[in-house]
Amino acid sequence: MSKPAGNCSNCGAPVVFQFSCAVQTTCSFCKSILVRHDVNLEKVGEVADLPPDPSPIQIRTEGIYRNKSFVVAGRIVYGYEQGTWNEWHCVTHQGESIWLADAMAQYAVTNLAAKPPALPRIGELYPGKRFDLAGIAYTMTSINHARYLGVEGELPFEYWDKDELVFADLRTEDARFATIDYSEDPPLLFTGESVDFDALRFKNLREFEGW
Amino acid sequence: MSTAPTPPKKPSVRSLACPNCGGTVQIRGMGRTLSVVCIQCLSVLDATTPGLQILQKFQAKERFRPLIPLGTRGTMRGDPYEAIGFQVREMVVEGIPYQWNEYLLFNPFKGFRYLTEYNGHWNDAITVHTLPAEGTSGGRRVAVLLGETYKHYQSYQATTIFVMGEFPWKVQVGETAQCHDFIHPPRILSLEASGKENVWSVAEYTPGESVWSHFKLPGSPPATEGVFPNQPSPHTGAPVKAWGRFALWFLILLLIQLVWAIAHSSKTVFSQKYSFTQHTGQSENSFVTDVFDVGGRVSNLEVELSTDLSNNWAFFQLALINSQTGHAYDFSRQVSYYSGRDSDGAWSEGRKKDTVVLSSIPAGRYYLRVEPELDTERARVVANSVRYQIKVTRDVTTYGFFFIGCLLLLIPPVIITIRSMAFETQRWSESDYAGSSSDDS
Repeated sequence: MSKPAGNCSNCGAPVVFQFSCAVQTTCSFCKSILVRHDVNLEKVGEVADLPPDPSPIQIRTEGIYRNKSFVVAGRIVYGYEQGTWNEWHCVTHQGESIWLADAMAQYAVTNLAAKPPALPRIGELYPGKRFDLAGIAYTMTSINHARYLGVEGELPFEYWDKDELVFADLRTEDARFATIDYSEDPPLLFTGESVDFDALRFKNLREFEGW
Repeated sequence: MSTAPTPPKKPSVRSLACPNCGGTVQIRGMGRTLSVVCIQCLSVLDATTPGLQILQKFQAKERFRPLIPLGTRGTMRGDPYEAIGFQVREMVVEGIPYQWNEYLLFNPFKGFRYLTEYNGHWNDAITVHTLPAEGTSGGRRVAVLLGETYKHYQSYQATTIFVMGEFPWKVQVGETAQCHDFIHPPRILSLEASGKENVWSVAEYTPGESVWSHFKLPGSPPATEGVFPNQPSPHTGAPVKAWGRFALWFLILLLIQLVWAIAHSSKTVFSQKYSFTQHTGQSENSFVTDVFDVGGRVSNLEVELSTDLSNNWAFFQLALINSQTGHAYDFSRQVSYYSGRDSDGAWSEGRKKDTVVLSSIPAGRYYLRVEPELDTERARVVANSVRYQIKVTRDVTTYGFFFIGCLLLLIPPVIITIRSMAFETQRWSESDYAGSSSDDS
């Protein structure tokens, strides 16, 4: 695990990348969003105050998914009709990036598809739509219009300053789960599965007063 | 989180003021709560706005009281949950409203689950992430979840008529959802379609007593009324078991009967052919047979009368008489046989042959006194006669006890099956399929 160090181009505070796969992080002092270019760090934006967070997950939470231990490195926070949801960027002990979604305390683990198959266009979406992705029959269960609320920690790609976003959630009859993120062109496809909170055997969770 | 018995933690509560009445509004669901109801004025408030913007001011005509007070903590499936929301929903069938209660339970780690209650029947529900496969089976809608087939029970519109506490969505009195229930007792799978989203949830039937013990509620739960769609049958498996026991005892009985049959000698001790013609006005036609030996232990004796009657009847007054002691066993038999052909085809009634078994006849030398009789009226018109054979067999196998035994053995499985079917009929009586009998469970 390499830890290239640098200084925040905004406030000069030392910035450490814990994960070699990360290309973006946030300065823990001035909340600047920093992107790694070789050895230089470029400030690309700032994080507004994140809304009060109901998620029990936090940066440095550890868990185990399919016999791979992982640690939470960063997150993207979205707001939508049903509150806020987090896409937690997790890094496995083998250095792979995986994503842990927490929406309404329902959890899903996904991977970013490197070469996504052809995806339906936004105009073609409706709940109940069925289509195949890489031979798997998915049904679209919801289309969420979300607002980007901010980022925290280390991410494996540059991601900041988004506006209105459209996400499509897909499910299968065997508990598979997929999300299409239409903020990029071509859209990003994340595929994985719904998981039980207990199955991930979390450590270092947030503490809730009274719980 | 530890499951060790630690002293109960105090619920964490955020308190705010209701913009409508100024009363205190408490929020327990942390950032997950999107709407909250003021306990005083029952206004629905937007929990995501700093000043608790009013979403809905008016409220239901009636105030409902939750059986699980909001803020109560209980243990569900090993995890602590707090009751944070309560709603009363209604469906209308043929003009009659049916109301049920839904409790929203919250755990900051595990999320939400629901307890629903109708007529004292409780269900523990969670949303499902696996998409059930919808299809048909035996001409009826089914949904298959994780290999289990749920049968469609009913479809209806649910309307929220009362809300209290807080919800992770923007709740409104009057909001409706199209619901479809599928059952696989003790579970029920429900699809709620609100237009924007299709949400599947699965619930398991939970006795009120366990809800009371999970939440340490005072008193006892309300008594149940009727049968709930996914209520487990108290007769589950009982008919199969009863029929299994029947099969076992039937085989035992059959074996005993076989041994019984082998043990009987069935020896013909007398056989003789006779003929008789009825003369008008003749009243005394009795005669006695030759003496025959009846051997062995005390046992039965079968007397068989084979006749050539056709569209006629004969009456036999008989007595088996012990030639040594003079002891007589009196009996009489009527034999009749009629046949013909009508618009429905050939028909027949009665038999030409008759057998009677005399039980407990000791060994000895016996003879029969026989008095045949035919219709004297008929004898006036035509010659009325009969030819017949009397055959006496010692120690025959009888089937009476076997048949009575079988009938007695049938009683328990038949009763158990009827009871089980009655429960299933009651289960389906409130469904979209009431009246149509189609069940195999």
